[in-house]
Amino acid sequence: MIPVAFPELAPALPEILLAVGAMALLMFGVFSGDRSSRTVSWLSVLLLILAGIVVAAGGGAERVTFFGAFVSDAFSSFAKMLILLGSVVAVLLGADQNERDGQARFEYPILILLATLGMLMMVSANDLIALYLGLELQSLALYVLAAFRRETVRSTEAGLKYFVLGALSSCMLLYGASLIYGFAGTTSFDVLATTLQQGEPAIGVIFGIVFLAAGLAFKVSAVPFHMWTPDVYEGAPTPVTAFFAVAPKVAAVALFVRVMIEPLGGLVDEWRQIIVFIAIASMVLGAFAAINQTNIKRLMAYSSIGHVGYALVGLAAGTASGVRGVLIYMAIYIFMTAGTFAIILCMRQKDRAVEGIADLAGLSRQRPLLALALAIFMFSMAGIPPLAGFFSKLYVFMAAIEAAREVPILYVLAIVGVLASVVGAYYYLRIVKIMYFDEPTEGFDRTVSGEVHAIIGVSALVTMFFFLYPAPLLTAAATAAAALVKG
Amino acid sequence: MIVQTLAFYLFAGLAVASAFMVIAARNPVHSVLFLILAFVNAAGLFVLLGAEFLAMMLVVVYVGAVAVLFLFVVMMLDINFAELRQGVLQYLPVGGLIGLVLLVELLLVVGTWVAAPGIVASDPTPAPGDLSNTEALGRLLFTKYVYFFQASGMILLVAMVGAIVLTLRSREGVRRQSIARQNARTRADTLEIRKVQSGTGG
Repeated sequence: MIPVAFPELAPALPEILLAVGAMALLMFGVFSGDRSSRTVSWLSVLLLILAGIVVAAGGGAERVTFFGAFVSDAFSSFAKMLILLGSVVAVLLGADQNERDGQARFEYPILILLATLGMLMMVSANDLIALYLGLELQSLALYVLAAFRRETVRSTEAGLKYFVLGALSSCMLLYGASLIYGFAGTTSFDVLATTLQQGEPAIGVIFGIVFLAAGLAFKVSAVPFHMWTPDVYEGAPTPVTAFFAVAPKVAAVALFVRVMIEPLGGLVDEWRQIIVFIAIASMVLGAFAAINQTNIKRLMAYSSIGHVGYALVGLAAGTASGVRGVLIYMAIYIFMTAGTFAIILCMRQKDRAVEGIADLAGLSRQRPLLALALAIFMFSMAGIPPLAGFFSKLYVFMAAIEAAREVPILYVLAIVGVLASVVGAYYYLRIVKIMYFDEPTEGFDRTVSGEVHAIIGVSALVTMFFFLYPAPLLTAAATAAAALVKG
Repeated sequence: MIVQTLAFYLFAGLAVASAFMVIAARNPVHSVLFLILAFVNAAGLFVLLGAEFLAMMLVVVYVGAVAVLFLFVVMMLDINFAELRQGVLQYLPVGGLIGLVLLVELLLVVGTWVAAPGIVASDPTPAPGDLSNTEALGRLLFTKYVYFFQASGMILLVAMVGAIVLTLRSREGVRRQSIARQNARTRADTLEIRKVQSGTGG
């Protein structure tokens, strides 16, 4: 027996902290019952912030542990900060909403913690097995969260639909991973990167990449694997939808970028066509399908499909500036989406949640600040300068145009993207029009807690004034991208 | 050597026979019990191959969990198996034909299969010396693959929490045993001694 060195635990400290913390809180919740749900929520927020501090303290140095299965670098740290931010928002929104609906259960923050753990493992995966385990941990927790309001038909339907389609996508991903393993002989990203650089790839590897990309495209809800998104977003409880739209999306996009750039980086010409196709399809579908929606959660689902399309434009470029564009896009997307969903949570009439876009009519006269915040988010999502959403689109398109000198198809991608964002502007601006120019209907209740208002305020300020001081985000994203795209 | 050969034929014969009984038995509970017998015999075959870890896993996982789950399903669902069985003879010719075609195809595939020319066999994992394979697997699982092992554990935890979240309902009016309250009761709380006059009939 050869003695094996004990793996270094420091790089995985945030994950270990979250895992142990989640289990401790689970025990606490089990023994003190549902009346402890508020305490558990606040402790979860504390735990997430603590994990964020540990991630930040870990810095951007590349550290590999667990015998090459786990990597912590500037890229994963950047993605982890975004994910933890999204989870904090989801716990806060959920604590408030569940309590008012008489649904306060301590499992909600626990499941979010466990899903977050899965996401952190995803972005740190340096091995196909680690990738799959992280993804599955995340997905399993999300299926349960989608069906959390188990007494309503819509929520259970959303959970079941998400579960069945998610299982199918996991199958495709596993099939792709097994093909890659079979033809390349390894699951380690580092070894794959060197193996796949030499010569023409085997046809099996290409097949594997296609299936892997299909599985990942499902998780980021890119067209043509987007069918579940509107139904699940509409059916799941609103705080859960907010969580779906924020944290898992960032994690899946980050994982997508890492898999494509790191182990499969040598085959960029092979997978670029896939990414170009799904990016164009997502942008176009996100723009056109949202026009007819009357439910604001469905509208946000199509909007998020479109946003993923824009983010993938940066990945299609395949360069460091492209990856930087993706990261900036996701960071700004988090703020816009979290703020919008916090406003959707405020849409309550007579102590009942309403979700129709028409219910927003005349909001500017009853709640001018709320209307102003939503207007900021909508203008930003439409990509109107000088709001943050404009810059996020600017950086991905810039990266695509830079890379287009060598790969002309990226011109098409950028042009389609700009046109789609013009179409998309229609439905974003329609919401603004309904709020400011339509006759008011019944006003919303004013029972929403301070945390929700704080989330709206902070995201609105960030979205509004990002252009004044963009340097920290730009530098962090550039460092993170440089960690992934070497040389 | 002769003992091993005899044991092989015993296990293999019993496995095939009990597998047949799984589909032939009239009573579905008997089917599940025969399935368990088939699993145990397959485990015996694994032991003969020197794969004692797989044998244990087969018994623990398939007999211990899966077969018992089947038994629960069979007992709890009210399926009329006699009705399902009707028309077996009617479908037998077509089913048999399809089975035959599949068998011929399988034989053709196996018979004509050759590895691609010029392919190099990868090095098999070196045999772990004098370790039993349970020990070898354990040493690998808890060292090199400890991260995957722990991650799988977290996934199972989520599955457990999820199942409880989605199905546990606290029902009203259920009388539960409260051991603490039972133990805290004294004789004075529950018993009342009354003096009854003898002969009054009261």
